[in-house]
Amino acid sequence: MSQTPISTGSEWTFELIERYNHEIAKIAQEFQLDTYPNQIEIISSEQMLDAYSSVGMPVGYHHWSFGKKFVMHTDSYQHGRSALAYEIVINSNPCIAYLMEENSMTMQALVIAHACYGHNSFFKGNYLFKTWTDASSIIDYLVFAKNYISKCEERHGLEAVESLLDSCHALMNYGVDRYKRPSPISAEEEKRRQKEREKHLQSQVNDLWRTIPTKAGESRQHKKANFPSEPQENLLYFIEKNAPLLEPWQREIVRIVRKIAQYFYPQRQTQVMNEGWATFWHYTLLNTMYDRGLVTDGFIIEFLKSHTSVVYQPPFDSPYYSGINPYALGFNMMNDIRRICENPTDEDKQWFPDIAGSDWLKTLHFAMQNFKDESFILQFLSPKLIRDFKFFHLLDDPKSENIMVGNIHNEIGYRGIREALSQQYNLSINEPNIQVFNVNLVGDRSLILHHIQQDERPLADSVDDVLKHLHSLWQFDVHLETRRNGKLIKRYSCASANNGSVTSSTDAAN
Amino acid sequence: MAYIVDRRTNGKNKSAVNRQRFLNRYKSHIKKAVSESISKRSITDIEKGENISIPKKDIFEPIIHHGSGGRRSIVHPGNKEFIKGDKIPRPSGGGGGSGEGEASDSGEGEDSFVFQITQDEFLDFLFDDLELPNLVKRQLAGVESFKQVHGGIITEGTPSRINIGRSMRSASARRTALGSSSKKRLRLLEQELERILSTDADYQDRRRIDELRLEIEKLQRKLKRIPFIDTFDLRYNLKIKQPQPVAKAVMFCIMDVSGSMTQVTKDIAKRFFILLYLFLKRNYKKIDVVFIRHHTTAKEVDEEEFFYSRETGGTIVSSALKLMDEIIKERYSPEQWNIYSAQASDGDNWNDDSPTCGQLLAKNILPVVQYFAYIEITPRQHQALWHEYEKIQQENPHVFSMQQLVDIADIFPVFRELFQRKHA
Repeated sequence: MSQTPISTGSEWTFELIERYNHEIAKIAQEFQLDTYPNQIEIISSEQMLDAYSSVGMPVGYHHWSFGKKFVMHTDSYQHGRSALAYEIVINSNPCIAYLMEENSMTMQALVIAHACYGHNSFFKGNYLFKTWTDASSIIDYLVFAKNYISKCEERHGLEAVESLLDSCHALMNYGVDRYKRPSPISAEEEKRRQKEREKHLQSQVNDLWRTIPTKAGESRQHKKANFPSEPQENLLYFIEKNAPLLEPWQREIVRIVRKIAQYFYPQRQTQVMNEGWATFWHYTLLNTMYDRGLVTDGFIIEFLKSHTSVVYQPPFDSPYYSGINPYALGFNMMNDIRRICENPTDEDKQWFPDIAGSDWLKTLHFAMQNFKDESFILQFLSPKLIRDFKFFHLLDDPKSENIMVGNIHNEIGYRGIREALSQQYNLSINEPNIQVFNVNLVGDRSLILHHIQQDERPLADSVDDVLKHLHSLWQFDVHLETRRNGKLIKRYSCASANNGSVTSSTDAAN
Repeated sequence: MAYIVDRRTNGKNKSAVNRQRFLNRYKSHIKKAVSESISKRSITDIEKGENISIPKKDIFEPIIHHGSGGRRSIVHPGNKEFIKGDKIPRPSGGGGGSGEGEASDSGEGEDSFVFQITQDEFLDFLFDDLELPNLVKRQLAGVESFKQVHGGIITEGTPSRINIGRSMRSASARRTALGSSSKKRLRLLEQELERILSTDADYQDRRRIDELRLEIEKLQRKLKRIPFIDTFDLRYNLKIKQPQPVAKAVMFCIMDVSGSMTQVTKDIAKRFFILLYLFLKRNYKKIDVVFIRHHTTAKEVDEEEFFYSRETGGTIVSSALKLMDEIIKERYSPEQWNIYSAQASDGDNWNDDSPTCGQLLAKNILPVVQYFAYIEITPRQHQALWHEYEKIQQENPHVFSMQQLVDIADIFPVFRELFQRKHA
C-alpha cells in the first residue's frame, strides 16, 4: 500500500466528502472522463421524497399529479415498502447531484463516482444529450416555466391551467421530435421571444383558419390540399402551432410541456447505456482507489456488497424478476467491451474485428458517445454475454395456441437474440406510432390522426381518455384511425355533441 | 472543481403545494372517507390521521400505450431448458397473452390507491364547511382585550416609534428636491472653471475665474445649509389598538344519567361531545370543559365519572340547567368566556319540570351563551321536554338548536347539521 486510506470510519463529514471527491476526480481525469462542473448537494430523506415527485428537478411548476406521486412515494417509503435512491443526478451545467444524508461514507463515495463522474460525463458526451438537451439552460428554463405557469394561474384561474396541463401531460410522450433537432433554448431569450411568439403565433393560426377568401377567384380545390402536407409525429407541437381556438397563453403552456418532454426524451432512450456507464465507472474508479491504498478493506467490501446487489439480474422464473435490469445489462456490456479490447478470444475477433484488441478506453468512450440503447445493443452485445445471461426469445402470437421459444443462447441464435433485444429498447416500436394525418380545413375542422399498427398490437383502452384530452385542446372533432398496411382497422372518435359534452365512440371497420 | 452544498437546512416541504392540490382535487373522495371513518372509529383515537383510499381508476393519468393482444416478442434472461421451437402453453388468464415482465402502467386495475392524511388534515376535512355560530357577535361585543397592530405611517408621534427607513427616505427626497438645481449649476460652473484652467496660463481670463470661484463657493455653502435631516422628514409608525376576540371558551357537557340512559346511549353522547370538543379546540386556544350529569339532582363531575358511572332514578333536567347557571355566575363570566353548551338526553323528563327548563334556558342561560345544542338520543316518540325546547328554538333560532339522534352513524351528520355554516 503506497498511501494511507482517506478515512476508516463509516461516518461522513463535509471535509471527507471533499477529499474523496478530489481523489475520485483525479482518477476520473486519468480515464479522460470529461464532465460538467459538479454541484454536490446533501439532502435529507424528506427532501429526497420531494425530489422524487418532481423527477429530480430542483424547480418545477405545480400540478396535482406531482402531489400524487409525492403522496405515493411518501406512503410506500413510510411503510417500508420501498427504499429511497441513494442519489439523484440532474443533466444540468453545473451537474447537480443529490446525496442522501443517511448514506455511509462508502455510499457517498460510490454515489459521487457514479453520479458526478459517471452520469455527468455521459450527459456531456452522449450524442443524444448533446443534440437534444441544453444542460446550461435547463434550470433557467424550468424557472421560467414555473413563473409563467403560476402567472397564468393568477390570471386565468387554477382550474383552467390544471385541466390544460392534464391534457398536455396525457400527450407528453407525443410531444417530442424524434428526428428533427430543435434549436437550443436559453431561458433569457426564451422570455424575450415568448412575447413575440404570442403575437406571431396567433396571427399565423388566424391565417390558417381565415374564412374570408383573399381573392374572389381562389378555388376551393386548392384548399383541399392535405394539411399538414406531411404527417406530423409531434402532436403537441402541432397543437401549439395549429389548434384553432387556443389562447396565446395556452399555446405557451403546451410548449412548456413539450419542451420538458423533449428534455427527458434522451434519458428514456439511453437507460441501459447511461446506468451501465455510470456503474462501470463507479466500479472502476473505486477499485482504482483501493489499488492505490486510498480506501480500506472494509470500505471496498461494503462497496462490493452494494455494487453486486445493484447489478444482480434475477432469472425470468425468479419471484424477484421484473424484466431485464438495466444496471446489470449495461454494466456487463461496458465491462465486456473492455474485455474484448484487452483479452479478445477467437470468437470476439470474429464478431468484433474492429474493436478486438483496440485501446479499450478509446473504444468505450466512442461507444458512450455515439449510440443509444437500441443501437448500442445491436452493435456491442457479444455472444459471451448472451451466454452469461442465458437469454432466450419468446414469441407470442395470439393466433397460435402456444407461446413459441425463438432463438436461444447458441451459435445459431446469437444474432436473432441481439436483434430482438435491441428492438426491445426501440422506443418507436414500444410506443404506438401515432401521427397527425389531416385536418379538415374547409369543413368541420376535425383532426384526423393515424395509428400505424405494428404486429397487430391494439391500443389500450386508455386511448379514449387521451382522445378526450386531445379534443379539449383541439376543440373540434378528433378521430384516430388504426391502420394496418394502409387499411383501416378501427376508428376512435371524440366529437363535440350539441350540448357541448364530449362523447367517445369506437367503431370497428373491418 | 466541485461545490458541496448542505441543502438539509432548506425547507423540506417543497411538495406541499402539489400535495395540497392533489388533496383538493380529490376532496369529495377524502371527505367521504373521513365521514365514514368517524362513525367507525373508537372513541379514544378520534384525533388521529386517517388512511384514505381512492379507487385507482379515478386518479390515473391516461397515456396512449399498447394494450394486450397482437404479436409480442420478448427476450428474457435465465434460460434453463428451453430450446428453439419449444412450445409453452399460454399461462391461464393471460387473455391476449401480454408478455410477462411488461407490467401494465395503465392503472386500470380496480384496486385502490391508499395514502395517509395527517391529523390536522383529517380535522380540516372533518370540520370543513362548519363554523362556530355567533363567533362574530362576541368579537364585536367583547372589547375587553386589545392587540396592537401596525396601522401605517404618520408624521407625528413619539421618538420611540420613529420609522428610520421611511424618515431617511423622505429626508433624501427633500435633499434631492432642494439641492438639485444648485448642484446642476455647480457642476456647470466647475466644468467651465476646469476648462479655463486647462488652457494656457497666459490666456486665462482672471476675472472670469474669480467670478466662477466666488459663485462656486456660494453654491457650495448653500448646499451645505440643506440639513441632512429635518423635523418634517420624520415618520412614525402608527400603532392602533384592535379589539381581540375573547380567545377563551368553556364547554358545558350536560348528560342525563338516569336509569333510562343505557351505555349505548351514553356512548353516542360521548362521541358527540368529543366531536364538539375537537371542533372547539380548533377555534380556541384555551378550552375549559365542565361536565354536569344529572338524574333528579345534578352534580359537577370529572370526565371519567361523567361517562362511566351509572345511576338510576328519575329525571329532573332543570337541576342540571340550574347548576350550569350557577357555575357560569361563579366562574365563567360571559365577558371573558365564550360559552358553549351541549346537552344530551334520551328525552325523558319529569313532566312538570319541562316548563321550568324552558324558563331557565330562555331567561338565564341563552342570553349569556354562544350556542346551546341539544341532542336527543332516542328512537321513540318525543316527550314534553322536546316540545318545550321546540318553542325555545323558535324564539332563539341563532343560539339554540336541537337534533335527534338514533344510532352511531347519525352522529356526524347531526353534528354537521348543528354547525353548518349559515350564510348571512
